[in-house]
Amino acid sequence: MSMATWLRYLTAALVALGVVGGALAQQPVATLRDGTPLDQNANPPTIPQVVNSDLRQVRNYPEQPPVIPHKIDGYQIDINANRCMQCHSRAAIEVSQAPMVSITHFMNRENQFLASITPRRFFCTQCHVTQVNARPLVENGFVDIDTVLEDLARRQQGAN
Amino acid sequence: MLAHARRMWDTIRRPSVHYSLGFLTLGGFIMGIIFWGGFNTALEVTNTETFCIGCHEMRDNPLAELKPTIHYTNRSGVRATCPDCHVPHNWTDKIARKMQASKEVWGTIFGTINTREKFLAHRLTLAQHEWARLEANDSLECRNCHSAESMDITRQSTRAADAHQRFLFTGEQTCIDCHKGIAHELPNMSQTSMFGGPPSQMELAHSLSR
Repeated sequence: MSMATWLRYLTAALVALGVVGGALAQQPVATLRDGTPLDQNANPPTIPQVVNSDLRQVRNYPEQPPVIPHKIDGYQIDINANRCMQCHSRAAIEVSQAPMVSITHFMNRENQFLASITPRRFFCTQCHVTQVNARPLVENGFVDIDTVLEDLARRQQGAN
Repeated sequence: MLAHARRMWDTIRRPSVHYSLGFLTLGGFIMGIIFWGGFNTALEVTNTETFCIGCHEMRDNPLAELKPTIHYTNRSGVRATCPDCHVPHNWTDKIARKMQASKEVWGTIFGTINTREKFLAHRLTLAQHEWARLEANDSLECRNCHSAESMDITRQSTRAADAHQRFLFTGEQTCIDCHKGIAHELPNMSQTSMFGGPPSQMELAHSLSR
């Protein structure tokens, strides 16, 4: 590689670096500190309360894991114990009057039903979560299937 | 031996030759105060959290696990220390518990649970002792602070109010029956159906062999 070619590459690289750097400088990275300077304390929003109404909430689609309508502070879910199963296991629901974990939780990956919940369904909070009374950070335009079908029917009536 | 005991008895029966009645009664009174006071002070010293966590076993295991729970940190800043839950407040029961605790001194000296692994291996046994104690005395140490009479169930969540009305107020169950593992982590609960631990190894092996 000649000296002139090498210099041309170097110039191109430096220009590219300048362009990218400039673009990055114009779009600051979003952080939890929300642009607060490093030498100042950020003023974070208050921690919202967990919904503890004990009222079952609507599922947006049939496959949705139901949300947890109560607090689960300090619930132990590990190799030793599963605090959720104190109320939601098959044997416990007469005493607790809580909904039993669904039958799918007893199925292993060969669709065989086991005596208790399978290891792949053991960690409840992988799918089931509590809700908080906070305003959503991002607007959500989700509509459920009933709304979609109603909308479709209305449009078909309009066409006729 | 018998002769010695008889000589002792004769000495005790005989009136004092050198000391006045005043000196003996007053001296006995003062010594009584010192010994009884000293005994109770020593007893109180062994009944503090500082004493309990003096051993690294207690500091690194039960105390560390207590810290994130509501009995250590909460909205009102009232907290329970080790003896609040683990030592009866009533004098006779307290002395009985202190005598039992001599086994724990043995454990400390010979290092029964002096590593995390040993503690985990003994966790079920240790927990069962405490559950048995609380079941036997109707959760007395819980009730030192939490009284059913002062419990305002309208301030509780629906599910808590319901459970307390059905089981606590009727006396059908006691605190510890439902509230296991609230202050320390639970041991392996696969033996008990209530907490439904993960499937046993046998069950897993059986399902995999198919």
